[in-house]
Amino acid sequence: MSMPNFTYVRPKSLKETLPHLSAGNARIHAGGTDLLGCLREGVLAAEKVVSISRLDELKGIERLKDGSCRIGALATITELTNHALIRESYPALAQAALEVASPQLRNQGTLGGNLCQKPRCWYYRGEFHCTRKGGTRCFAMAGENQYHCVFGGMGCYIVHPSDIAPALVAYGASVEIAGAGGTKKIPVDKLFVLPSQAITKETILEPGEVLTAVLLPPAEQGVRSSYRKVRARGSWDFALAGLALALRFREGKVAYARIVLSGAAPVPWRCLDSEKAITGQTLDDEIIARAAAAAMKDARPMRQNEYKIELFKGLIAEDLAAYKKS
Amino acid sequence: MEKDRKDNNGQGKKGISRRGFIQLVGAGALATTVGDVGKPLPAAAAQVAEKGEMVRVSLQVNGRRHRFKIEPRWSLLDVLREKLGLTGPKQGCGRGECGACTVLIDGQPRYACLTLALEAEGKAVTTVEGLLKGDELGPVQKAFWDNDAMQCGYCTPGQIMAAEGLLRVNPNPSIEEIRRGMSGNLCRCGSYAHIFKAVEQAAKRRRTV
Repeated sequence: MSMPNFTYVRPKSLKETLPHLSAGNARIHAGGTDLLGCLREGVLAAEKVVSISRLDELKGIERLKDGSCRIGALATITELTNHALIRESYPALAQAALEVASPQLRNQGTLGGNLCQKPRCWYYRGEFHCTRKGGTRCFAMAGENQYHCVFGGMGCYIVHPSDIAPALVAYGASVEIAGAGGTKKIPVDKLFVLPSQAITKETILEPGEVLTAVLLPPAEQGVRSSYRKVRARGSWDFALAGLALALRFREGKVAYARIVLSGAAPVPWRCLDSEKAITGQTLDDEIIARAAAAAMKDARPMRQNEYKIELFKGLIAEDLAAYKKS
Repeated sequence: MEKDRKDNNGQGKKGISRRGFIQLVGAGALATTVGDVGKPLPAAAAQVAEKGEMVRVSLQVNGRRHRFKIEPRWSLLDVLREKLGLTGPKQGCGRGECGACTVLIDGQPRYACLTLALEAEGKAVTTVEGLLKGDELGPVQKAFWDNDAMQCGYCTPGQIMAAEGLLRVNPNPSIEEIRRGMSGNLCRCGSYAHIFKAVEQAAKRRRTV
């Protein structure tokens, strides 16, 4: 399919960018990897493509005075994998970044684009006018749904495609959003929306707004973290199941825990019951089994994705066990 | 190409007087037009290319600067193949999955099919043709040849550029790093074993050259 026509704008400052974004059907181009695919395949329409690729104010990774870390939305995924500060202080983020797509896509794709990417449901990406595109049917409900969600589906059963988002949720990161009314900062888990909140949207971003940065809280002493991705093939692919963990121990007991899944729900999925199950406890086999079971307690598998329940349980149990050992 | 150039010149002249091909929208100012893309753009000015309009772009490809008129929706791959006649980069999936269109942009492997040509402005683009040393094959190309790392050869230019990009940042990769580094390129003939061997050998040769 050929690329549809659009007007192309490449502003040089954020201030100059914002008015272009509120114009009818403007789409933001950062790295372009997802946008151009979506345009070419007719998943999205765009009257205007607003390229933010030359906005220097959205670039760079830096440690701020209070010890927190600010990553510009235009940082490429490759930069995240290579940056010493990220590798040392936020290893789950570096690991998640390395699991994203292929070298070519990591060189081009950006942090902001990764968080705002469109879902990979094959009906959505195909020619089906599904609920997410404003239609009345979710074709995955009665169709092929082995890669769809086991939590949070309602009228649409996508999984959130990002590996990076669950790692950011595990660290309690925030995102900075710029719009005509100024800049706001919100926790990253409030960025994503469930189909029950807004079925045609993946994030709270409104027309006229752009994600400008990710802010990571200071790396806490003693917090250990990891991201693991399970996929159907060894070469690059989206997650069947992914797990971001951030744990802090005090005197052999878990003092703080964040357990966040990818490939499970239309948003990065926090396992609050599992976090509760291990907090204040010594990580022994029984506690770990309880945490794994708690994570899947409320899962609602579809016809072809029940395997995800055991997959997630296994993933959580294995990874928590790895924390226990060391 | 000769015909192209004439068309471009004709259109370019008309374009200036009619509607302009790159508009500079100053902060709060009315749109103005400028005829010479060689001029540096003033700071804080957005480049605007209207739908379907032919705009001038200057690209640095394989060490040489080229100027063309293109539509904003054209991919870098379209321009390399159709305007420059560089047919090394191939159109495969057109969606960033197969890697046949891989080129280096500022030294990094990227998919030319998912890059707008306008986005490559100001960057150095290298295609497989740019790895030749005169009439001689470059070390990665030579290693692919020597290791029989292709069957039909369609994916080969992309594979070579991915390998070149990998070896520029990691001159001594492990086999696992090679597999990862080459994971953005598919070979439907299944020559992977030979491709990985070729990359290993290319790394050795590059280190000893």
